Amino acid sequence: MSEAAAAWLQAGLLVVLLAAAHVPLGEYLARVFTDPRHLRVERLVYRAAGVDPDADQRWSVYLRSLLAFSAVSVLVLYALLRLQDHLPLSLGRAGVPADGAWNTAVSFVTNTNWQWYSGESTMGHLVQMAGLAVQNFASAAVGLAVAIALVRGLARSRTDRVGSFWVDLVRGIGRVLLPLAFVAAVVLLVGGVVQNLAGPHEITTLAGGTQTMVGGPVASQEAIKDLGTNGGGFFNANSAHPFENPTAWTNLLEIFLLLVIPFSLPRTLGRMVGDIRQGWAITAVMGSLWAGAVWVATWAEMTGAGAVPVAAGGAMEGKEVRFGEAASALFAASTTATSTGSVNSFHDSFTGLGGGVTLLNIMLGEVTPGGVGAGLYGMLVLAVLAVFLAGLMVGRTPEYLGKKIGRHEVTLVALYVLTMPTLLLLGAALTAGIPALRDASVLNPGPHGLSEVLYAYASTANNNGSAFAGFGADTVYQNVALGLTMLAGRFVPIVLVLALAGRLAAQTPVPVGPGSLPTHRPVFVGLLAFVVVVVAGLTFFPALALGPVAEALL
Amino acid sequence: MTPTQVPTAPRRSSGVRPAAGQFRGRQLVESLPQALVKLDPRHQVRTPVMFVVWVGSVMTTVLAAVHPSVFAWAIAVWLWATVVFANLAEAVAEGRGKAQAATLRRARTQTMARRLLADGTEETVPGTVLAVGDRVVVESGEVIPSDGDVVEGVASVDESAVTGESAPVIRESGGDRSAVTGGTRVLSDRIVVRITARPGETFLDRMIALVEGSARQKTPNEIALSLLLASLTLVFLLAVVTLQPFAVYSGQAQPIVVLVALLVCLIPTTIGALLSAIGIAGMDRLVQRNVLALSGRAVEAAGDVDVLLLDKTGTITLGNRRAVDLVPAPGVSAEDLAEAAQLSSLADETPEGRSVVVLAKEQYGLREPGDLPHATFVPFSAQTRMSGVDLELPDGTRMVRKGAAAAVLAWVRDAGGTAQPETAAVVDAISGSGGTPLVVAELRPGQRAHVLGVVHLKDVVKHGMRERFDELRRMGIRTVMITGDNRLTAQAIADEAGVDGVLAEATPEDKLALIRSEQEGGRLVAMTGDGTNDAPALAQADVGVAMNSGTAAAKEAGNMVDLDSDPTKLIEIVAIGKQLLITRGALTTFSIANDVAKYFAIIPAMFAGLFPQLDRLNVMALHSPQSAVLSAVIFNALIIVALVPVALRGVRYSPADAGTMLRRNLLVYGVGGLVAPFLGIKLIDLLVALLPGM
Repeated sequence: MSEAAAAWLQAGLLVVLLAAAHVPLGEYLARVFTDPRHLRVERLVYRAAGVDPDADQRWSVYLRSLLAFSAVSVLVLYALLRLQDHLPLSLGRAGVPADGAWNTAVSFVTNTNWQWYSGESTMGHLVQMAGLAVQNFASAAVGLAVAIALVRGLARSRTDRVGSFWVDLVRGIGRVLLPLAFVAAVVLLVGGVVQNLAGPHEITTLAGGTQTMVGGPVASQEAIKDLGTNGGGFFNANSAHPFENPTAWTNLLEIFLLLVIPFSLPRTLGRMVGDIRQGWAITAVMGSLWAGAVWVATWAEMTGAGAVPVAAGGAMEGKEVRFGEAASALFAASTTATSTGSVNSFHDSFTGLGGGVTLLNIMLGEVTPGGVGAGLYGMLVLAVLAVFLAGLMVGRTPEYLGKKIGRHEVTLVALYVLTMPTLLLLGAALTAGIPALRDASVLNPGPHGLSEVLYAYASTANNNGSAFAGFGADTVYQNVALGLTMLAGRFVPIVLVLALAGRLAAQTPVPVGPGSLPTHRPVFVGLLAFVVVVVAGLTFFPALALGPVAEALL
Repeated sequence: MTPTQVPTAPRRSSGVRPAAGQFRGRQLVESLPQALVKLDPRHQVRTPVMFVVWVGSVMTTVLAAVHPSVFAWAIAVWLWATVVFANLAEAVAEGRGKAQAATLRRARTQTMARRLLADGTEETVPGTVLAVGDRVVVESGEVIPSDGDVVEGVASVDESAVTGESAPVIRESGGDRSAVTGGTRVLSDRIVVRITARPGETFLDRMIALVEGSARQKTPNEIALSLLLASLTLVFLLAVVTLQPFAVYSGQAQPIVVLVALLVCLIPTTIGALLSAIGIAGMDRLVQRNVLALSGRAVEAAGDVDVLLLDKTGTITLGNRRAVDLVPAPGVSAEDLAEAAQLSSLADETPEGRSVVVLAKEQYGLREPGDLPHATFVPFSAQTRMSGVDLELPDGTRMVRKGAAAAVLAWVRDAGGTAQPETAAVVDAISGSGGTPLVVAELRPGQRAHVLGVVHLKDVVKHGMRERFDELRRMGIRTVMITGDNRLTAQAIADEAGVDGVLAEATPEDKLALIRSEQEGGRLVAMTGDGTNDAPALAQADVGVAMNSGTAAAKEAGNMVDLDSDPTKLIEIVAIGKQLLITRGALTTFSIANDVAKYFAIIPAMFAGLFPQLDRLNVMALHSPQSAVLSAVIFNALIIVALVPVALRGVRYSPADAGTMLRRNLLVYGVGGLVAPFLGIKLIDLLVALLPGM
C-alpha cells in the first residue's frame, strides 16, 4: 500500500468512526444534562458537598460556583506539587519549585496541560494520579458545563436560570468522562499501553549501556488525557512514547478519543435547542476546517518542502518511524484543533507549512472542533458574531436561534473575541521584544524562533498545551507569565460566555420565519467558516508573516 | 420581480420642499466646509474608528515634517483625506436635511394669534406665548399659530408647508379630522382651535429638529455595530502595535508612518466613516416619503416587524362598497332590474348609490335619464332603511324602492305583494359571501308590488394588494386585517385580499389585546391609526404610524407620522427599515472583506526586504514597497467617497426571503469586497508609480 493510500485510509477510518459515534454520544450528552433525576451515588456526593442539586442557578451564581471550584482546584494541586516529597508514592522525587508548581497547577486546572517539565522525572505516581489525572477529569467537565450552560441560554427563554454548576460538573465527570475513559483505558491497555505502580527500572541495553525505564499508571491517564482534550503526557515524549502510544492502532484510537466529544457536542446543541439542523451546521463548520487542516498538514509533511525532506521523501525529523508522516500530521492537526496538546511527534520539527497549520489551528481560537465544551462555546460565540455581521444583510436585527443579538450580546462577543489575541500578542511581543527574555527562551534564530514564541503564547492563551519544543519555557518569568496567560485565556472567556448565556436565557424568543436568517444552510456554514478564518487571519497575519509564512515560503 | 430602488417616492404635486431624492456630486463640494469644521477632535472622538485615523493623521504629519519625504507626506495627506471624506459623508447626509429644515423654518415664521378670552372677546398675541388649552380664532387667509384641535367650525386648510401636498384638506371639529398643524394656512371659513402644544414643541419644531438631525440619537443596532467596530479597531491596533517588536526581533524595525498606514487600512474605516450617514439618510428617505419618524429606534424596528395590522377601509379596500352585480328575480329581465335600480339610485348621493348608477351604465348601457319632471325622490333614512322614487305616470304613480332586504320586503308585503323564495335565497347567498344585498322592488299602477331583484354591493379590494401581501409573506411578515365588520363579511374580504389573519368586529380594546398577544410571542407589530381611540394601540405597537389627518392624541401616541395620511405606506416604511439595516450590514461586510487584499499589498511591502520570499505574496505585482503602502491608503480613502451614494441611497433592495437576500448580498458585498480592492489597489499603484520617489 502506498503511503498516500495509507494516509487516506486512516483518515477515512477516523471519519467513519466519528460519524458513527457522534450521534449516539451527542444524544447521550443531551440526555445527561437534561435528566431531571439524580443517581443515588450523585445524591451522596451532593449531600457530602452540601449543595442542593435541584437549585437552578442564575448565571452569576453558576459562575461563582465554577470559579470557586477552580480556585480550590488550583490551590490543592499547587499544594500537592509543592509537598510531593512528603507524600507517598513520590518515587523519591523532590517538591516542585514555586513558579513551576504555580504553572502546572494552573495548566491542569485550565485544561491546558502545558508542561515545562518532564513528567517521568519530576512527578511521582500520587501527584500524577491524585493531582494531574483528577484535574484532567475536572477541567474537562468544567468546559463541558460552560458549553451546556450556553446551550441552555439559547434553548431557554424568559428565565434567569442556566442550570446548576454542581450538577453539570458531577454528571460530566460521573456519567460522561469516567465511564468513557474507563472503556478507553481498557482498550488502550489491550493495545499495549502500560499500567502499574512500579518504580524506575534499570535495564541493560543490547549495546551494553544502561537505561532507566519508568512505568506507572499510564493507560488510565492516557485515556482521559485525550478524551478530555487535556494533553498532559505521563512521559515527556507524550504520545510519541511507546508506553503511552505503542502502535498505529492505539494512535488512531487516541486521535479518535480527542475528537469524539468535541464533535458530538453540536448534536447535543441541536437536540437541546430542538433543531437538529443547527447542530449539523456547526458540525459542518468544525469538520470542514478540521479536514482542511489535516489535508494541508499531511500534504506538507509528506511532500516536505526543503532540501532534507525532499531527499528523504518526506519530513521525518521529529517523528516516530512507527507512525510515519501521515499519522503524525493527522495527530498534530487534530491535537491542535481540539486544544488537547498531546503530541505523537514534534511540531517544532514540522515543515514550515505543516508547523504553520498547527499554529494556525490554535490561533483560530480552538473551535475546529476545539476542546471539550470550550470548542462548542467558542464556536457559538463566533456564530453569534457571524450572525450579527450577516444578519443585518437580511434587513432585520440579527438573531441566532430565535435570540436577538443586541448591544449587550455584541459587547460580550466583542470582548470574547478580543481576549485571546490580546493575551497572545502581548505575551509574545514582550518575550520577543525584551532582549533579556528573548535570550533566555528563544533558542532558535530567525523566523523559526519567532514561530516558537508565538506558538508558546498561542498554546497557553488557547489552553492547548502543546509546544514548539525549541522554546525554553522553564524560566521563572515564563512559568509565571504563561501561567497568567493560561488563567486569563480560560476564565475571562468563561465569564463572558456565562454572562451571554444569562442574557440569552432571559430573552423572549423571536419566532423563526421566512424573514429570519437561516443558520442551518450551506451559505451560513460557509459564512461562519469564513468568519472563523478571517477573524483569526486578520488578527495574526502580520505576526504569522514573520514566522511560519516566512519559513514556509523559504 | 424586478429589483427596484425601493420604495419609490410618490410623485409630489408641489415642490414646496426640495426633493432630495438623488445624490449629486456637487453636494460633496458644497459640504466641504462643513466637513472641515468636523475635523475638531471633540467631534471625531465620537466615532472611535475615525478618531484612530485622526490621531494617525496627526502623527504622520508630525513625522513627515520632521523627516520629510514624498512618501511620508503623501501618506499624511491621504490620511487626512480619509478623515475629511468620512466627515464629508456625514455632512452631505446632514446637508440634505438642512435644506428641508430651512424651508420648514420659513413656515414657522412669527405669527400673531387671535386668542379668545373667557368673555368671548379676542386679543391679539404673538403665537409664541400661546399655552396649552388656549383657544384661538383663525379665519381664511390666516396662518394657524400652533398645533391644536378644531373645536368649532369647519375649514379648508392648505397644509403644503408641512406635507408638500398643495390640495387643501378639510378640518372640522369633532371626529378624527380635527387636528391642525401650526404653520398651515386656513383657506376658507372660520375655525376655533384649542392649542395642544407648548411653544417650541410644536409638530413643526419637532420636524425641523428631526430633518436637521440635531435630535438624532444613535439607535440600538447602530450602537451595537459601533461597539463591534470599536473592538475590531482595538484588535487591529493590538496587531499593529505588537508587530513592531516582532519586526525588531526579525531584524528590521518598521517606520511609524508605515505602521500607521497599515493600521488605518485594517480598521473598518469604510463602515466607520459611513455609519452615521447611513442612519441620517435612512431617516431622510422616510421624510422624502412624507413620513416623520419621531425616533430612529422606530425606523430600525420597522425592519424587524413581523406583523402588520392594517385597517380594512382605506388600506385594503377602497373606501366604500360598490355595486358589482344585479341579480334579477324570476320572470324579470335584467334590463328592467337595471333600469329600476338606476332610477331608485338617482337621488342617492352616497358612494354606494353612485356605484349602482355606474353599474347600470357600464353593464346595461343605460344612460342616466335627463330631468324627470314628474319624479318625487324618496331619500334614504335610517328609519325606512330604503330610498327610491315616485314617478307620476298618466295612469297613476309608479313607485320604485331599493334598500335593506328586510325593509323592502316588508314594503312589498304592505303593498299587497309577495316575494318569491328565490329572492330570500339570493339575499342569503350575498350576505354569506361577505357582500351586502340591496333589494329592488316596484309598484306599478294597477299591479301588485313585486320584487325585481337584488343588487350585490361589495367591498372592493384595492388593486395590487394581494401581490403586496404575497410579497410581505415572502419577507416573513404576517398581515392582519382589522375591521368593524362582522366575522363573515370580514373573512370574505380577507380571503379575497389574501391577508393572513383577520380581526373582525374590532374594538380598540381588541386591537390592543391583539398587539399585546403578538408581542408576548416575541413578534414586533406595526399599525396605523388616526383616531383618539387608536392611541393606546399606537403607543403599544412597536411601530405606530399616526395619520397626519388624525387627532393630536393619535399623533402623540405613535412613533411615526404620515403626512400624506396614507395607511398603505406602512408597507413602504417596513421596506425602508429593512433597507437601512441591510445597508449597514452590507458596508460592514464590504469593509472587513477589503482587509484581505490590503494585507496582500502591505505585508510583502513591509517585510520583503527582510524575507525576500515574502515577495511571492505580492500577487498584485505592485511597483515598490512604498507605492504599495500608499496605494492601499489611497484606495482606503477613495472607497469611502465611492460608497457615499450607496450609503445615502441605501443598497438595492427587493423583497425576498432571508436566505435569498443573504446569498445575494454576500455575493455582492462579501465577494465583491474581497475582489474590488485587488483591482482598485493595482490601478492606483499604476498611477502612484509615476510619482517621483516611489
